[in-house]
Amino acid sequence: MGVRDDEDRPDPDALLERVEAEEQEASRAKLRLFFGASPGVGKTFTMLENAQRLRREGVDVVVGVVETHGREETAGLLRGLEQLPRKRVVYRGRTLEEFDIDAALASRPAVLLLDELAHTNVPGSRHHKRWQDAMELLDAGIEVHSTLNVQHVESLNDVVAQITHVRVRETVPDAVIERADEIELVDVPSEVVLGRLEEGKVYLGETAERARGHFFKEGNLHALRELALRVTAERVDAQVQAWRRQHGISATWPARERIMVCVGPSPASARVVRSAKRMATVLRAPWIAAYVEKGAQSHRLAESDRLRLAAHLMLAESLGAEVVGLSGEKPGEALLQLARERNVTRIVAGKPTHARWRDLIYGSLLDDLLRGSGDIDVHVIAGMPGDGPAAAQPDRAPRPVPWAAYARAALGVAIATGIGALVRERVDLADIAMLYLVAIAGAAAFVGRWPSFLASVLAVGAFDFFFVPPFYTFVVDDLKHAFTFAVMLVAGLAISSLTDRIRRQSIAARSRERRTAALFALTRALAGARDVDAIARVAEEHVRDVFTTRAALLLRDANAQAGLRSPLGAASELGGADATVARWSLEHAKAAGRGTDTLPGAGVVCLPLMAAGEALGVLAVGEPTDAARLEDPEQRHLLQTFVAQIALAVERAQLASEAQLAQVRAETEEMRSSLLSSVSHDLRTPIATILGSATMIAESEVPLDMSACRQIAGSVRDEAARLERLVKNLLDMTRVESKSLDVRKEWIPIEELVGAVMTRFEPLLEGREVKIDLAADCPLVAVDPVLFEQVLINLMENAVKHTPSGTPIEIRAETGAGAATIEISDRGPGLGPDGATKIFEKFVRVGSSKSGVGLGLAICRGIVVAHGGTITAMNRAGGGTTFRIVLPLPEPPALSTEEGNVEEGARP
Amino acid sequence: MTPPRTTVLVIEDEAPMRRFLCSTLESHGYRPIEAADARDGIAMAAQHNPELILLDLGLPDRDGLSVTRALREWSGAPILVISARGRESDKVEALDLGANDYLTKPFGMNELLARIRVALRSAAERGRPVPSSIVVGPLSIDFARHEVTVRGSPVHLTPIEYRLLVLLARHAGNLLTHRQILREIWGGASGPDAHHLRVHMSNLRRKIEEDPARPRLLLNEPGVGYRMRDLA
Repeated sequence: MGVRDDEDRPDPDALLERVEAEEQEASRAKLRLFFGASPGVGKTFTMLENAQRLRREGVDVVVGVVETHGREETAGLLRGLEQLPRKRVVYRGRTLEEFDIDAALASRPAVLLLDELAHTNVPGSRHHKRWQDAMELLDAGIEVHSTLNVQHVESLNDVVAQITHVRVRETVPDAVIERADEIELVDVPSEVVLGRLEEGKVYLGETAERARGHFFKEGNLHALRELALRVTAERVDAQVQAWRRQHGISATWPARERIMVCVGPSPASARVVRSAKRMATVLRAPWIAAYVEKGAQSHRLAESDRLRLAAHLMLAESLGAEVVGLSGEKPGEALLQLARERNVTRIVAGKPTHARWRDLIYGSLLDDLLRGSGDIDVHVIAGMPGDGPAAAQPDRAPRPVPWAAYARAALGVAIATGIGALVRERVDLADIAMLYLVAIAGAAAFVGRWPSFLASVLAVGAFDFFFVPPFYTFVVDDLKHAFTFAVMLVAGLAISSLTDRIRRQSIAARSRERRTAALFALTRALAGARDVDAIARVAEEHVRDVFTTRAALLLRDANAQAGLRSPLGAASELGGADATVARWSLEHAKAAGRGTDTLPGAGVVCLPLMAAGEALGVLAVGEPTDAARLEDPEQRHLLQTFVAQIALAVERAQLASEAQLAQVRAETEEMRSSLLSSVSHDLRTPIATILGSATMIAESEVPLDMSACRQIAGSVRDEAARLERLVKNLLDMTRVESKSLDVRKEWIPIEELVGAVMTRFEPLLEGREVKIDLAADCPLVAVDPVLFEQVLINLMENAVKHTPSGTPIEIRAETGAGAATIEISDRGPGLGPDGATKIFEKFVRVGSSKSGVGLGLAICRGIVVAHGGTITAMNRAGGGTTFRIVLPLPEPPALSTEEGNVEEGARP
Repeated sequence: MTPPRTTVLVIEDEAPMRRFLCSTLESHGYRPIEAADARDGIAMAAQHNPELILLDLGLPDRDGLSVTRALREWSGAPILVISARGRESDKVEALDLGANDYLTKPFGMNELLARIRVALRSAAERGRPVPSSIVVGPLSIDFARHEVTVRGSPVHLTPIEYRLLVLLARHAGNLLTHRQILREIWGGASGPDAHHLRVHMSNLRRKIEEDPARPRLLLNEPGVGYRMRDLA
């Protein structure tokens, strides 16, 4: 057997990947992009031409949105195509027209035209960007045709800005472009574009003038054209690669590369991220965006820096990077450790923008990376001012300068000066210097680094001014004092720095501890929560406490309105708009709402609870009262961990309740089969007798004499009666068990109840003695007469059936405070060991009695319980059984003794 | 010439039940006529003017209660209602609408015949002059002298008890619903609650019956009403 070289064969994982990719390809809707270098190349025109052709071929093409910009030729191409009406959105008092995604989803065309993929939707629309609309349409199985210019490609954003000096704010993530199934390059020479601009075919009037001045310079157009061609070429190259891979051609497989980009709050970082993305695209390598949280840095970061860092991470994520957060005092080490763990081959970092002296004091990250990287390549990318990410959030107010802290630092120095002045006669000059160092250390420990730096400077100044001769002047006589000042300043700064670092480390440790504690508390509370309601309560409480905001847990429920159910009824706290966010988040299993790409205008952010790839529900979190806490990557991470824990707990609870349901079903099933076997036996026996007897009379070939007929008919009658009792019992049981047992209580003398039973029962007693002992005052009880007669009859039947004939039966009744007791006792064999409890169960027959299914006493219990009473069975002293019914006895109604309008009276 | 036989109309949709009823009636000297649904039943009643009607409450085309109401608009013939168990409220309503008695399925032949006899007799007594006294088993009531005796010894009754007793005795064998009794004794709709009636009945029973827990005369039909046993 010849061994084939493995190199020739595609690796099985890759094959599997390919099969899956092909399957996905076949099932998913197509995205077709008409791609161009600049406005005016004719993308929309080409798209419409194409649509017209499809329409002629009978394809259901609908225009979602097409901007003609007043170009007549383009508008002409719209003729004959169905156009969706636009949605009117009122924004800041103006009515704007916007693409109506719901109408598009509802009409479900085969192909939908959606011009200008990079368009930003009017605030208040479902998605922030039009490309997100396109994604949702594709997910819904609708083929989308759209147009895109090269300057809108996210990863090329800064390259374009470099060429044209115009920063484009509307960008489309590269992932969307990679998702496109077909990219059709619409290319015309730059001169033609300029010509079209001259003719007013691109922009009209003033806009055209402005455009010519800025964007539409010949050089720009050439460069953009080159970019567009290059992007297209790269894509074709990728297709070639894919084709080779799919067909086992391995000659030029590149080694597996992995890129890591270091992200920070510096504005230049965005550019670094984009560079890394481009590199990753060219190398077809996965890439990681890493950031290091330095001690308590994120607390120390200015608000604007923090937002910018978050924006950079979001940018990286949207470009397809895996975002990893690290923490450590030494960022270089942490980054290198991650790089080695993940087999990173290239590290991309930004050029330092700060002054050299900072590196001397704080150490240089780049230096650490370069020295420690070993065989990993390090790429250093230049940053440019104003490179902030396009989607940068508006900066909030800068952090106020902590004047109070500076004042306290200065006060410390003043106090030191005061003490120094008091003791200057008695101590050495060096001691006073030490006094100042104490003040500096105090300032560093309590009010922070910068105030303590101020304290250091002030201390040196004050020392010179007050204590070094000549006094009350900064002039120094002796040069040795200058040396003292230098030492003092350096010592002061060093103390400040060190003390501050310790302080920050302790703050960081405390914050970490807080997070761990919060997570631990949540996990422990969730572990104790038995059902979904309890989990919801725990989750909402903890999120509320930790993030100081309102929170609501909503679970998927097909029956509930909007498909979501709040176990705690908190849905009412969510407004209509928020409910929409929650529903979207659930349906798409993605985060939505405030701070995300989808429905960012909402008051809440909804995070899906994911379990086994499915959203079980969402956690809606409101705006924290502590401003912007959720934008903090650290807090966001904590929240995501919370959500993951809650999702686990919900999944666990749901599985448990499903298991319980299954058990109940199994028990019901068992119950039903035991009922069936019991009932089928008891029903069939009398039927057999009746059928047999009737056949005998109806089909007998010899005439039967009268007495034989009577005998046969007698057994038919008896068996029918037995059947009737059985059916009656079954019906009663069904009624008692169906919860809807309608108890109509009336005030009835016990005597009357017993009397009715005796009237009906007399013939069945066969001369048996029944002792009746009722209280003399004829007490009233509140019972349903029909149901309660049934109870007494069943108990009497039970007594008659299970005791030897001739033994007496006793009925006793009395009323006490708040309760009426009725007892029926016999002198039968009594109860077995566990008979007292078992006897009231369904289908339990005591002894070897043949008739009945064992329902009579179960019915009694059902009825008595429905009356709010109890029934018990016990053995009697001297043999036999007593059944005791205890009924609650409310205050009987007052009886009017007046005789009303009776005219005639009885004569005495 | 034999006297004309009593005509009994049977309105019952179940064929075997109808056959049983008819053959029982036939063999006991009645002349049964039958109808399988309400429409037929009402038409037959109008055409043949039967002396008694047996009406099943569960008819396919129309509610038995509405048939009772329709019949009572022009027919005075006693109506015996037949119904399945557990529909006490239907029975009470039928009785209140003018039915004379009811039978619960399943029932035996003897019970059916006894009820028919009672119903026919009380119908026959209607219109005759009120007798000056009634004797029911050990009980005798002298209307003129307002005297009640049980087993020969006089009994003292309150006016309400007396009127209750007279009402039940005049309809001996017939079932009277709580509402019917309340309307007769107290009149109008503003009478007292049913439990007042029960207490008066209880007191009456103590005075009339030998053992009130084992009544012989004053029978209680739980959830429906009272009946004096017909011992005549």
